[in-house]
Amino acid sequence: MKENSNILIEKSSWLSVNTIGKMIINLFLRSSALISILITAAICIVLVVESSHFLEAVSITDFLFKTEWSPLIEPRKFGVLPIVWGSLLISGMAISLSIPIGLSLAVYLAEYASAKTKKIVKPLIELLAGIPSIVFGFLAITVVTPILRYFLPETDFFNALSASIVVTAMILPTIVTLSDDAISSVPQALRDAGFALATTKSEIVFRQVIPAAMSGIIASIVLAFSRAIGETMAVTLAAGATPNITLNMLESVQTMTAFIVQASMGDTPHGTIEYYSLFAVAGLLFLITLSLNIFSKMLTKNVRRKFS
Amino acid sequence: MNNTAAIASNLTSFQKENIEPNPLAEDGNLPRRIRSEKYTRWFLISLATMTILFLVAIISDVFYEGFHYLDWQFITSFPSRFYEKSGIYPALLGTVWLVGLALAVSIPISVGAAIYLEEIAPPSKFKSIIDINIANLAGVPSIVYGILGLAVFVRFFSLDRSLLAGGFTLGLLVLPIMISTCREALAAVPNAIKQAALCLGASKIETIFYQVLPIALPSMLSGVILSVSRIIGETAPLLIIGAASYISYVPESVFDEFSAIPIQIYNWAARPQQEFHLLAASGIVVLLVVVFIFNISAIVIRNKYTGRRL
Repeated sequence: MKENSNILIEKSSWLSVNTIGKMIINLFLRSSALISILITAAICIVLVVESSHFLEAVSITDFLFKTEWSPLIEPRKFGVLPIVWGSLLISGMAISLSIPIGLSLAVYLAEYASAKTKKIVKPLIELLAGIPSIVFGFLAITVVTPILRYFLPETDFFNALSASIVVTAMILPTIVTLSDDAISSVPQALRDAGFALATTKSEIVFRQVIPAAMSGIIASIVLAFSRAIGETMAVTLAAGATPNITLNMLESVQTMTAFIVQASMGDTPHGTIEYYSLFAVAGLLFLITLSLNIFSKMLTKNVRRKFS
Repeated sequence: MNNTAAIASNLTSFQKENIEPNPLAEDGNLPRRIRSEKYTRWFLISLATMTILFLVAIISDVFYEGFHYLDWQFITSFPSRFYEKSGIYPALLGTVWLVGLALAVSIPISVGAAIYLEEIAPPSKFKSIIDINIANLAGVPSIVYGILGLAVFVRFFSLDRSLLAGGFTLGLLVLPIMISTCREALAAVPNAIKQAALCLGASKIETIFYQVLPIALPSMLSGVILSVSRIIGETAPLLIIGAASYISYVPESVFDEFSAIPIQIYNWAARPQQEFHLLAASGIVVLLVVVFIFNISAIVIRNKYTGRRL
């Protein structure tokens, strides 16, 4: 043992040896942060390039505004509206079912539930969020549809309502957790002020706290809507594959996501118009969900500004 | 919070003691308001209970159906036209391969990105662009990742419908979630520890690797476990890149075709015969048990270590 030895030097390790090592580590860390940008770029490039091949054959106005969609079988029609409508119908129904249920649950968890109940219910909701979508698709065709057909015998085997019901269960965790956060982040002073004025709890919650948390709640709903539109397996299994502009929830409809699955399952040959239609629909789906997500982000940013 | 109850009881005692007419009671609507308060509470409690009971009911229904064919033979057999001999062995192995490959891609990248964004990068335009970008990637539907995998891995790198293509696609899919959970884990490490290490002459990178990372590890682990359960359950991207619907051999290298548990379930569920639905239910029991084990352990790890802040 040397005297006056510097412990830092004696215990020097692979991390402290030289500047080249440090530079390599730094480079690795920096480039892994860059990879996320690369992924976005790759998604955009793939969607734009392959969709452009599609748009060479089909004019963009025909694609966006015509109402007949049959790209896989003759006579081919490329009006995307029926499958957009299918997505909107199922997601819209799912959202209108999950808003009352989800918000009540969120209000209950944030304002009424005891810490003990919260400790049980919150993990349950997280577990629900973890259930794979294929399970919900299976539930739709083996549990929900038979129940619907029992009460409404005219229901098709593949129908939009059954898909909406399971999608409701799938987006419920999003609405509940995010709305719960929004409601919980309303300052306690607001509630105390209400109590000091001798209002009851429900009056404070519904007239003061919820309006204050409104933009956060709407953000959670918008995000859930975007999730519902991007949801694939449950709607593919439950809603069928009939492009259909209808308001009748008991009929089969096809969503954008279900079309992508159908087209890619059938071994679509590379380079054909069917193959490119896959990317055109995916591009549209990407644009819709992206704009909903950005809208939702903007709403939550407003909340943070309001309370900080 | 029992404020309301406290206020209400205060009010009633106030009414009893006071001989003067009570201005609140004179108002006349206090009993009604307290009643509606009670109704609201009961409505919310019963709705919460009903929702949870409904979900438990439909899931236990799957379990009930699933135990019909669930035995050791189901786990160790190949899928077959004959439902009584059918099993998920190749799908199970496919899923194990996929999890391994996806984690091999996503763990180093997401830990690296999290360290860079949380510990090294100074606040800048570049960093905020990456932040926004990761948030947006997390919202991209999984099927779009499937399309990305199809165009980039299957076609461009001509990996074909191999395990490698599937694993890479799923690795990219979980990247945004993993980066954000790793960042949260790093952000929760107290600043005092970093400062202490830096004061003792450790370099920035030494501080990160010897002090910050070991403390953040449990929370990171819970994020990784959650991602694993996501990888196991993901179906749509694998269908898009063309996971095999029927496979009669065990994948032996990363270039082999593959199936996965959710793909197998999808194929059984999409058939009209009732017997195959029972097989699908058995597959779902296997899938759910695995996913629940992973999710619950992630929740337990997280709860254990978030309480224990240094």
